[in-house]
Amino acid sequence: MRRGVPSTAVPRFFSPYLASSTHANHASSWATPALLKKAFSFTGSRLFLSGVILFAVFFSSSNVLFSSIASAQSYDMPQGVTEISQQEFALHRMMFWCCVAIGIGVFSVMFYSILKHRKSQGHKAAQFHESTTVEIIWTAVPFLILIAMAIPATKTLIQMKDSSEAALTIKVTGSQWKWQYSYLEYKANNTIDLDYLSVLSTPREQFETPLRAAGLFPLGVASYTGERKSAPKNSDYLLEVDKPVVIPTGKKVRFLITSNDVIHAWWVADFGIKQDAIPGFINETWTKVPVGKEGIYRGKCAELCGKDHGYMPIVVKAVSESEFDQWLADSQAAQKKAKADAANSVDAVMSKDELMTLGEKEYLAKCSACHQANGQGLPPTFPALKGSLIASKPEGLATHINHVRNGINMMPAFKDILSPKVMAAIITYERNAWGNDTDQLVQPKDVVKDAQ
Amino acid sequence: MSDHHPTGFSRWLFTTNHKDIGSMYLIFSFAMFLTGGFMAMVIRAELMYPGLQLIDPNFFNQMTTTHGLIMVFGAVMPAFVGLANWMIPMMIGAPDMALPRMNNWSFWILPFAFAILIGSIVVAAFGGGSAPNFGWTFYAPLSTKYGPPSTDFFIFSVHLMGISSIMGAINVIVTIFNMRAPGMTFMRMPLFVWTWLITAFLLIAVMPVLAGAVTMMLMDRHFGTSFFDAAGGGDPVLFQHVFWFFGHPEVYIMILPSFGIISAILPTFARKPLFGYPSMVYATASIAFLSFVVWAHHMFTVGLPLAGNLFFMYMTMLIAVPTGVKVFNWVATMWQGSMTFEVPMLFSIAFVVLFTIGGLSGLMLAITPADQQYQDSYFVVAHFHYVLVSGAIFGIMAGVYYWLPKWTGVMFNETLAKAHFWCSLVMVNLLFFPMHFVGLAGMQRRIPDYPLQFADLNFWISIGGFGFGLSQLLLLAVVWQACIQRKGKKATAQVWESAEGLEWTLPSPAPYHSFSTPPFIKAATH
Repeated sequence: MRRGVPSTAVPRFFSPYLASSTHANHASSWATPALLKKAFSFTGSRLFLSGVILFAVFFSSSNVLFSSIASAQSYDMPQGVTEISQQEFALHRMMFWCCVAIGIGVFSVMFYSILKHRKSQGHKAAQFHESTTVEIIWTAVPFLILIAMAIPATKTLIQMKDSSEAALTIKVTGSQWKWQYSYLEYKANNTIDLDYLSVLSTPREQFETPLRAAGLFPLGVASYTGERKSAPKNSDYLLEVDKPVVIPTGKKVRFLITSNDVIHAWWVADFGIKQDAIPGFINETWTKVPVGKEGIYRGKCAELCGKDHGYMPIVVKAVSESEFDQWLADSQAAQKKAKADAANSVDAVMSKDELMTLGEKEYLAKCSACHQANGQGLPPTFPALKGSLIASKPEGLATHINHVRNGINMMPAFKDILSPKVMAAIITYERNAWGNDTDQLVQPKDVVKDAQ
Repeated sequence: MSDHHPTGFSRWLFTTNHKDIGSMYLIFSFAMFLTGGFMAMVIRAELMYPGLQLIDPNFFNQMTTTHGLIMVFGAVMPAFVGLANWMIPMMIGAPDMALPRMNNWSFWILPFAFAILIGSIVVAAFGGGSAPNFGWTFYAPLSTKYGPPSTDFFIFSVHLMGISSIMGAINVIVTIFNMRAPGMTFMRMPLFVWTWLITAFLLIAVMPVLAGAVTMMLMDRHFGTSFFDAAGGGDPVLFQHVFWFFGHPEVYIMILPSFGIISAILPTFARKPLFGYPSMVYATASIAFLSFVVWAHHMFTVGLPLAGNLFFMYMTMLIAVPTGVKVFNWVATMWQGSMTFEVPMLFSIAFVVLFTIGGLSGLMLAITPADQQYQDSYFVVAHFHYVLVSGAIFGIMAGVYYWLPKWTGVMFNETLAKAHFWCSLVMVNLLFFPMHFVGLAGMQRRIPDYPLQFADLNFWISIGGFGFGLSQLLLLAVVWQACIQRKGKKATAQVWESAEGLEWTLPSPAPYHSFSTPPFIKAATH
């Protein structure tokens, strides 16, 4: 997860330590020459010894790795900006160091024994095989340690569950593969009308970069080639969206999380929030970003939700309360105007060029994740539109309109998501692209109600 | 004693001999291990660099799904059943398993079950539809309403695997209860027999639950029910409760027999009796009991009520106590011993260290608030691969090297085996250790592509993955030399200097029928 302050530098910590000679120095300090000599004399096995050295090199290089990442924090859990995320981080650190201490304790005894209690050193085996006292101690002591760990964890958990008295309530709806944010209530005003989708904005040519034209496996990616060129990846690759969700700092924000199709999970590590979005049920969680921590926070879907699970990031923009008030008023006004424009444009008659241009743009943004840019889909889950009975035959028009409006099988209903103008443009594009030359134009008024 | 059996293919098809069936289980398991491993290498090849280079996201999901299913149900579980078939009759002084015909059937179901599952991925790889693509945990509704048509094959395949496992478990229980030699009381049984007995009860308890889960899926998909669909009054989270009520005991099914193997090997090479035998038995039983009351720790982010989260957090933490007892007992067994480091011992020591690392990260995962960050990240992937690969599978490999001379009558090529051990050890850590850190930094599971900050570590993880996969060819070479070519010096009956137990009183290779006349046990041999 990236920090709140946007940064273009991508941390590269690992490679230097494997490429340089650092690990060799560490290996020799870990196993001193005297010890090595001794080990060699009593094992007499070159293979065993070289194995030990190999492993020591490996583990000491991971120690170097860990110390570098512990200081840079780029490969540790983010501390985050909220009280909850910082408590989670503190619990994580406490557990981590307890586990390291337990591990060092147990493994030191074991490796001491491995070095000293070996037959080649002439050590004679003792024959003891039980000790009630010792066994009671090593049952009781871990139990007490666990109680000590459970107390702070319980406190944090109770606090996490308290979503009462929130200033702002936002409904978050996951669907394959986008997030929808609906602002429901702000400062006891429940007449807010603001609702929008948030989708990945990294261009597809940055991640669809098949190694060879045909692809290794004759599926999916192979069909993208020829139409697309790969592009260099930008620094927020796969962590950027078209419209972030905006929240005010210094206010408690309640999120009501649900889903339209499969289970997703809304995860923003800097807030310490991961909450599953479950179709048909509403989960609650909350956050409060402190004043002074305004910035961009990035997250992603954490629960496998189908093909593009890796491509539905979350971006939260935390702004000051006054800036938020202004943004909320502006956004509501803009949405109201857009709805009015859409209503007015229902009667507009568009030319084929207008429809095709708008249609291609909107198709690539809204439809191509499933039906693919070339219209060939990924059958059988995502059917092809190119040459299909519905999209390429004139008599399929009514069915085509109804499927887009109401959805079918896994396809969601678009009638409340897209304006009539956009739906008309997409349907026209689908009926005239990729050799589907029906030459039928669909106008906004044709899609305001189900076709007969 | 003559060994009457048909020859050629019908020997293997009709055999009721525990050794033949055990061998078939082990060969099958190794074939599945290589198949699942190949899928893991496809996954790692795609994840080596950010961006999509080799496979599309849908095929990637099919790879992760079938990799998990094949490794769990095809590699680890059949390997344990194979070891149980070979060793339990020999360890308790019995001539064979109690139910030999059922034994044959429970094995021969498996190739068909996996042919169905692997068939759909082969067809998908050549462009025909989609294999199961919803993860090995097959959460509804991704696997019900949104599952590809091949989901029905998957359901049938899981049913078959379940039938096979239940029959195998019944056979183990009946054998142990009824066929122990005179004097072999319960508290004199080797720990491998004990851990398998407890595992068998776990299998009988939870495999029907899995069967119930997939049957409900089938009903939801085709017969209009709504168990997991809120629109019809059901609940997608119900699926997770049912699945994990099976799934958590299942992960102990995959580790308890390894505990038994390690408890057999450490005393042999430390030349010292196992420390705390009774507490080992009680700890195993406690772990098995607790495994039924911790399932929702896989579900800390689904929105359980506070009381539920607290209960499952406390119960999960409690498992650390009996697990700790086991680790302490193993260390105490080594303490003041007279150790040598043959290959089975090397794998066992690696098991104790790496399994403990996996156990400790499990304790971290139990802390519900911190789990809000760990859940569904690569930290979890690192955790369960430490306990399953360097835990369960290293345990199986330790057992195979330990008993291989008994099975074949020749000592295996120790140089090659040591090379296998060290390559596996280094590579398994290069593969899974960095996963902890990419997970903590925020890389989620089951993604074919990732933000650029994870690029460096993923490259090295992939190198570890290829290295670990290729290292297993050394195991194939060792086993090939010992079993097929019969190369190596002849093994004695005892094989290892201070190995104790009934299996070491039989000649090497072990005769076709184990104990036709039961031995009499005067004292514990553990």
